[in-house]
Amino acid sequence: MSRIASTFAHLSGLNRKALIPFFTVGDPLLELAVPTMRALVSGGADILELGIPFSDPMADGPTIQRASERALQNGVTLTDVLAVVSEFRLTDDQTPVVLMGYANPIERLGLDAFAAQARDAGVDGVLVVDYPPLEARHLKAALSLVGIDTIFLLSPTTTEQRMREIAQLATGYLYYVSLRGVTGAGHLEVEAVAAQVARIRSCARVPVGVGFGIRDGATARRLSEVADAVVVGSRLVEEIEASIPTEVPHRAETLMRQFRLAMDGAQ
Amino acid sequence: MNVYDLPDQEGYFGPYGGTFVSETLMAAIEELKTQYERYRQDPEFLTELAHELHHYVGRPSPIYHAKRLSEHLGGAQIYLKREDLNHTGAHKVNNTIGQAMLARRMGKPRVIAETGAGQHGVATATVAARYGMECVVYMGAEDVRRQAQNVYRMKLLGARVVPVESGSKTLKDALNEAMRDWVTHIDDTFYIIGTVAGPHPYPTMVRDFNAVVGRECLTQMPDLVGRQPDVILACVGGGSNAMGIFYPYILQESVRLIGVEAGGDGLSSGRHAASLSAGVPGVLHGNRTYLLQDAHGQIIETHSISAGLDYPGVGPEHAWLKDSGRASYVAITDGEALQAFHTLCRLEGILPALESSHAVAQAMKMAPVLGKDQIILVNLSGRGDKDMATVAERSGLHL
Repeated sequence: MSRIASTFAHLSGLNRKALIPFFTVGDPLLELAVPTMRALVSGGADILELGIPFSDPMADGPTIQRASERALQNGVTLTDVLAVVSEFRLTDDQTPVVLMGYANPIERLGLDAFAAQARDAGVDGVLVVDYPPLEARHLKAALSLVGIDTIFLLSPTTTEQRMREIAQLATGYLYYVSLRGVTGAGHLEVEAVAAQVARIRSCARVPVGVGFGIRDGATARRLSEVADAVVVGSRLVEEIEASIPTEVPHRAETLMRQFRLAMDGAQ
Repeated sequence: MNVYDLPDQEGYFGPYGGTFVSETLMAAIEELKTQYERYRQDPEFLTELAHELHHYVGRPSPIYHAKRLSEHLGGAQIYLKREDLNHTGAHKVNNTIGQAMLARRMGKPRVIAETGAGQHGVATATVAARYGMECVVYMGAEDVRRQAQNVYRMKLLGARVVPVESGSKTLKDALNEAMRDWVTHIDDTFYIIGTVAGPHPYPTMVRDFNAVVGRECLTQMPDLVGRQPDVILACVGGGSNAMGIFYPYILQESVRLIGVEAGGDGLSSGRHAASLSAGVPGVLHGNRTYLLQDAHGQIIETHSISAGLDYPGVGPEHAWLKDSGRASYVAITDGEALQAFHTLCRLEGILPALESSHAVAQAMKMAPVLGKDQIILVNLSGRGDKDMATVAERSGLHL
């Protein structure tokens, strides 16, 4: 069983939901990535999503755009991101790691080379924001050959038929984008999201996570009642942005613990 | 070649094109695809479009024999397709009228656009005023500073201009920001993309709306000189004016099609915007195409004296025309474009846009080595009034 599948199976046995933090590798410093990953796990994270910096993050709001810009100013590349995962794996071979980014840096490396290097590094899943299922065929084939899951997004505007098609293709987990807009945007209508997640779960063969706009423990708690996982991205990146570099791992851990406690209180 | 029917069902021109957007945009893209398929063949839509292009834009635009320029160069005869005479001063309005008409039929009261130099922004603001639609234009903060006059023009037309502070603060970042607006306001908003790039069906749709340029040439050239030209030249940033004049000529294989990219300070300087001449394929802004990028797949900053060509990508159909050999692509430097600008002003009394000056410069390079019976047709895609401050600055003057 893959690390992602066994993580969800384990959590299900404990009657707990997965907490998935996201941050961009190289923000604020490349050498803080591994300590931050470890701190997030200590704070209660179950799966880690690592952002691959890109010059043109079309689906991201200002917070994650700035994180990407800081990482690029530090010269961080996809190869660096893979090296971070390798180093993390020296001390943690349990926590699944999912890479999230845009197509171009991956295509520049080459899909097959990327898949092989990601496997060697210990990556468990890959989510390419600008690869809808039709365009993801080649990457999905390359990744499945090396046992890595391709994660797909579903959105509030995804049609019923399309939702069923994507649910059939999905491996690892499905990521439901909980609002209309970019990452970190706007106000989340929790009850509408909950209803939609219930619909997706009825036709999905894999767990369903929810992300975009989850800013506080109360929202995470309500959504963890209906979803299998809650993704916290922009809120964590804001915390990193507001912190001096040496305190990033500590503040990330503290924030994770708040979400963890809020979510577990729901059970 | 007897048939040219690209793109395919999935929006591909060979390996280029496609639909590389987040799932959050897919519903809007699907809706656009369906509606465009419906209206592109709808007689009532096409009649209204033709009426607007005639009465509002002033089409057909004439073709002008640049006799003094041709004599000066001593070789091939140069003809200019006068898109600079269109309402708003460039070819851009051919496309914004078409897309705005589609937006109205789709019940979208709000249109958004990205703009570099401001020409597409002005053309969008113009049609939004014409049809009574709300209009928001995204423009890189750097470009807002450089193109103050066009910013004011858009405001006069009732548009809101939003300066984009992210990334390199230029056209590519304006496009990112417009996409972010679209995904946030999918229900009431239509995104009018200004060039033959973006996710399918944009490259096809923008080409089709601009193809009126090439279709007119197909009948105007035989009327004028009894035959089709030997060479067609057009500048290429994203490539909409070039696709507009090339597309109807793709099956006319005796006509050479040459796209002229922005060579900036020269290709070897690294400061240019010549994606086809110096880039490698990748994925940006919804399509796979040639991109100016670094070894790690990050998009790099571009440079051109002409803001309208200052873009790191290019329409996917141009990428295909290059690979298939049907069209070729060359680069013209800032200096060569400026020289062409001044030459056309002095010899023909026509002030060309700096973008179009790149195509004129290529004509000036080619004409002397071609025979006097050869015909070069240049798409003079826009007028240069907007560029006077830039040109003056280069000459050490401040207006």
